[in-house]
Amino acid sequence: MNKTNRTDSSVNQHQQRKSALGQLLHYMGNHKFEFLFVAILVTISGLANLIGTYMLRPIINAAGDQKMDRLATLLITTIVIYVCGVIAAWGYTQIMARSAQQVTREIRHDLFKKMQDLPLKVFDTTQYGDLMARFTSDVDTVNDALNNAFASVIQNFIQSAGTMIMLFVLNWKLSLIVVGFYALMLIYILIASKISKRYFGNQQKFIGALNGYVEEMIAGLKVVKVFNHEQASIQRFNEYDDSLEQASERALSYSQTMVPVIVSFSYINYAIVAVVGGYMVLSGQSDVGSLASYLVFVRQAAAPINSVVQQSTLLLTALSGAQRIFDFMKIEPEIDQGNVTLAYGKKDPQTGTWTESQTLEDGWVWKHPRANGSYEYVPLQGDVRFEHVNFSYVLGKQILHDLNLYAMPAQTIAIVGSTGAGKTTITNLLNRFYEIDSGSILYDGIDIRLIAKADLRRSLSMVLQDTHLFAGTIMDNIRYGNLSASDQECIEAAKLANAHSFIRRLPQGYQTQIGTEGSSLSTGQRQLLAIARAAVANPPVLVLDEATSSIDTRTEKLIEKGMKSLMDGRTTFVIAHRLSTVRNADCIVVMDQGRIVERGNHEHLMEKKGYYYQLYNGMFELS
Amino acid sequence: MNSSVLAQAKGMRRWFILALLFIAIETSFEVIIPFLMSDIIDVGIVQRDTSIFINRGLWMVVCAIGSFLFGLLYAKCAAKASARFASQLRQKQFEKITSFSFENIDQFESSGLITRMTSDVLVLQNTITNGIRPFARGPLMLVLGIGMCLMINPTLTLIFFGAFPIMGLIMTWIVSKVVHQYQWIQKYVDVLNSVVEENLIAIRLVKAFVRKDFELERFDRVNSDLAALNEKTNRYAFLNVPAFQGSMYAVIILLLCLGSGMIIQGTIQVGELTGMLSYVLQIMNSFIMMSNVFLLFSRSLASHNRIQEVLDQQPTMVKPKQGQVLQDGSIVFDHVSMKYAVDSEESVLEDINLNIESGSRVGIIGATGSGKSTLAMLIARLYDLSEGQLRVGGVDIKDLDLFELRNSIGMVLQKNVLFSGTVRDNLKWGDPSADDDRLLWAIEMAGAKELIERLPGGLDMELGQQGVNVSGGQKQRLCIARALLKNPKILIFDDSTSAVDTKTDAKIRKNLASIPNLTQIIIAQRISSIRHCDQIVVMDQGQIVQTGTHDELLKTSPIYQEIFESQQGGMQDE
Repeated sequence: MNKTNRTDSSVNQHQQRKSALGQLLHYMGNHKFEFLFVAILVTISGLANLIGTYMLRPIINAAGDQKMDRLATLLITTIVIYVCGVIAAWGYTQIMARSAQQVTREIRHDLFKKMQDLPLKVFDTTQYGDLMARFTSDVDTVNDALNNAFASVIQNFIQSAGTMIMLFVLNWKLSLIVVGFYALMLIYILIASKISKRYFGNQQKFIGALNGYVEEMIAGLKVVKVFNHEQASIQRFNEYDDSLEQASERALSYSQTMVPVIVSFSYINYAIVAVVGGYMVLSGQSDVGSLASYLVFVRQAAAPINSVVQQSTLLLTALSGAQRIFDFMKIEPEIDQGNVTLAYGKKDPQTGTWTESQTLEDGWVWKHPRANGSYEYVPLQGDVRFEHVNFSYVLGKQILHDLNLYAMPAQTIAIVGSTGAGKTTITNLLNRFYEIDSGSILYDGIDIRLIAKADLRRSLSMVLQDTHLFAGTIMDNIRYGNLSASDQECIEAAKLANAHSFIRRLPQGYQTQIGTEGSSLSTGQRQLLAIARAAVANPPVLVLDEATSSIDTRTEKLIEKGMKSLMDGRTTFVIAHRLSTVRNADCIVVMDQGRIVERGNHEHLMEKKGYYYQLYNGMFELS
Repeated sequence: MNSSVLAQAKGMRRWFILALLFIAIETSFEVIIPFLMSDIIDVGIVQRDTSIFINRGLWMVVCAIGSFLFGLLYAKCAAKASARFASQLRQKQFEKITSFSFENIDQFESSGLITRMTSDVLVLQNTITNGIRPFARGPLMLVLGIGMCLMINPTLTLIFFGAFPIMGLIMTWIVSKVVHQYQWIQKYVDVLNSVVEENLIAIRLVKAFVRKDFELERFDRVNSDLAALNEKTNRYAFLNVPAFQGSMYAVIILLLCLGSGMIIQGTIQVGELTGMLSYVLQIMNSFIMMSNVFLLFSRSLASHNRIQEVLDQQPTMVKPKQGQVLQDGSIVFDHVSMKYAVDSEESVLEDINLNIESGSRVGIIGATGSGKSTLAMLIARLYDLSEGQLRVGGVDIKDLDLFELRNSIGMVLQKNVLFSGTVRDNLKWGDPSADDDRLLWAIEMAGAKELIERLPGGLDMELGQQGVNVSGGQKQRLCIARALLKNPKILIFDDSTSAVDTKTDAKIRKNLASIPNLTQIIIAQRISSIRHCDQIVVMDQGQIVQTGTHDELLKTSPIYQEIFESQQGGMQDE
């Protein structure tokens, strides 16, 4: 039973490898003329080399026989052949330099595009380092293989095929020995590369472990310093490093023996052919001259095999790199089948009905296609309802239980509760980062599953729990909320978020470059920028997920006015850990373990002396 | 101590030498084989002596086996040498990184440090493993080949000497063209990686703002640039294929032309010319081998330089030769100013004067970015101050033994991390020799007793990487326990109880008050966390605005009043 399973999986792997190769060929197919041309030129170059070598003998014979005419013709022919070979080699390398990069570029492009379409679930369950590796080491190995291996595989094939033909033409009996050794060597290569792959896989495992440790130590380097823990960390690191060293030594020493093994094989082959050939000459089955030239070809026959062995590691890693890349591309993308879109709307003052317009006149409308080809227009107001929503991130571990929530346009809904209560989950469902298990979420009366995702998300603006800033200027980062916003609009948004004063004090004001992690800014300042970014987006629905958690209470007071005007006229969901920030909400929803346990406004809930009252008085931990 | 990358190979010298030696022997065996073969033809067949067949045939097999054995030995030595070298490079870098000051750490992006430790080292290791063989064989085959040709016919051998300078020039030209490009490529790769990484980290944001196309466009710009640069570089690098093929063909043609002439004149035998031609391949191949080694080396130069950058980094902190020990837990700031970079205009701290008595409790409050954390980090000399003097335990901080200083300070950083391992492993960072009783004491003091009882496995619970499987509040309390285990003279909390509920916060406060002679510095956003302190420092924009007790400040400090009011209702004390 076990055994069948194993063969099954190995067959499967084999098929997968094939399909990785197939996929790679598919990418190369986008440049099929270039690659075809390369193949032709490589063939020409290889044949030129072979024929050139073949010409040596007649030329020398002609010289020996003093046949000047023939000598001149042969020499000129050889020169022409060689010149063709060199031009072909120049041609294919130059085309290859371009085509290989184009293929690599397209693979990278598709990888990145694919990454944008993946559901968040994938990012939750995969380590960043792992995803990054697709772009770095995996693409690199494929690129290397394209650069070097494609041409050389063809060349080696031409060379070994050509040499073989020559060998059989010269002496087919002796060639049987050569073929036997070829077969032996091929079998050896197949077995050895399989074992070698195992060794390298083992090395990879230790590299992973070491990477993990290094990553952790570098992330916590400041803690290491504070605790004088340097020596202990080094010691631990050296342990990881020693195991990696051993694994890597084993892998290298195995893979490095492949070349000497093949070389020795080919010499033994050479010896046997020489001895047997000698007997054949003595018994009159062959003559000395043809044996000598035959042996030259036998020696040459080893070259392509040698070169294959030297490239086998490269080829194998490239194939497994390609495998990982294409596996990644096969992951199911986010479901996005909604066809309701956002459009500019115009309201008929008499009838009160909405129609689409070219410019933003009276507001936004949902454009809802009907079966008969017409459209129904629903004004975008920000009416959000959760009806009997059940949800789990991982099957079997339900996070939300029969959740009902109703936010009327322009209302502020606060969601409070301890960590793991499911607060952030609600917002994750609203913009369809995840799909609900059952129930429905209605947006202005439309099931959000019917709305095109891009349009749904465009209608919501979020300030997320973790503030991310991109490498670029402060202005760029604010404008991320609305790419068409003018500088003035961005500055207004910054003022609203009370970020203007600190931005002004930065060395280059709004044009100050910030690093990837916005490291020069404090967490609080970054949150202010995130709020400005949401403000510039100007959406009907606003979600603030712990948007002010790292802002001190005094600054928070200062931005309160700005926040109020930001929330004015918008449906707002506020998730907060500091209860002082939610007091003014129209409705406060208290969550515990995926269920709403209380709802009402601040006064109402305080009177009730239930969960909220206890939370408010700091009897529970909030994060 | 020499800290260049290549110097790290010193200890492996004998392995390298052995590897080169074994390769040389292996190659010599291979060179003998054609001679044995020619014996079979020239002597055996001519004299019709089959015993020579067997004899030479067996010798050939012996040579093949010999070359195999030495090849094996070579593989072992080369593997040993390159694996050791890589390991040495990683260890040296790691040691260097742990010696970094905070200032050094801020200079490098952590992802950059990780690549230097891993993939850059791997590139060098591969260069060595792939380069060492041709590096030894190339010159040897070249010399032997030339030697053989000289023996056959010195005049014709001159052709080679004419070809070499030309090929050398071509090679130099190609390398000079690509070597800088490879460095640029590495830079572009870094940019591309950072775009991907940024996108990965901020994927929620990208999705929430529907910025897929924007991001793709941004990525494509870098992607196309990288492809174009790679193409340009390869166009040069790949020229070595036609260039060397052309040179080889030219040599062959010249040999044929001159050789034929000499045959016709009778100054050379047919067999001799054939012999010379068979060495053309060997000589030219060895040249190509060497040129490939050059390209390989120039490709890995970028990695080499990046590693060198880490090894060259000087820890910015100057440690005293004979460090002093602090006497008590007193801290005096005397006109201290601080800038993170010399050329930055704004000071993070400006003219700070503060006197903290040993054993007293000091609270620091102020807006985000007002310099509270910086002030705390100066005390543990995590950064050096720019101006003024800071005395800890009665001694100028620059004269204190750094190890002793940090050992005497228990610090809970704002961005604190736990490491993978058990809770016990983590706590022992504070005191490696602590037994479970002592650990439980610290846990109790940090208000985490029930917590540890609730955690599955208690002290033996495995924490994930960076302590991902405990909540913010739990993490903060474990970090406090860890700091307490150091038995410090000075305890610094940088917003360390922000995620802890007020009740527990109060309990921790009470516990700490019971430790005698402990100077406490508490940075907080909640007034309730610091109102009990002997001295409260109000900071704003890098300056101390006012100091005093809670009651004093309530009366006199408008900023403090504002903070107090903003926290009224909700988060009350007890």
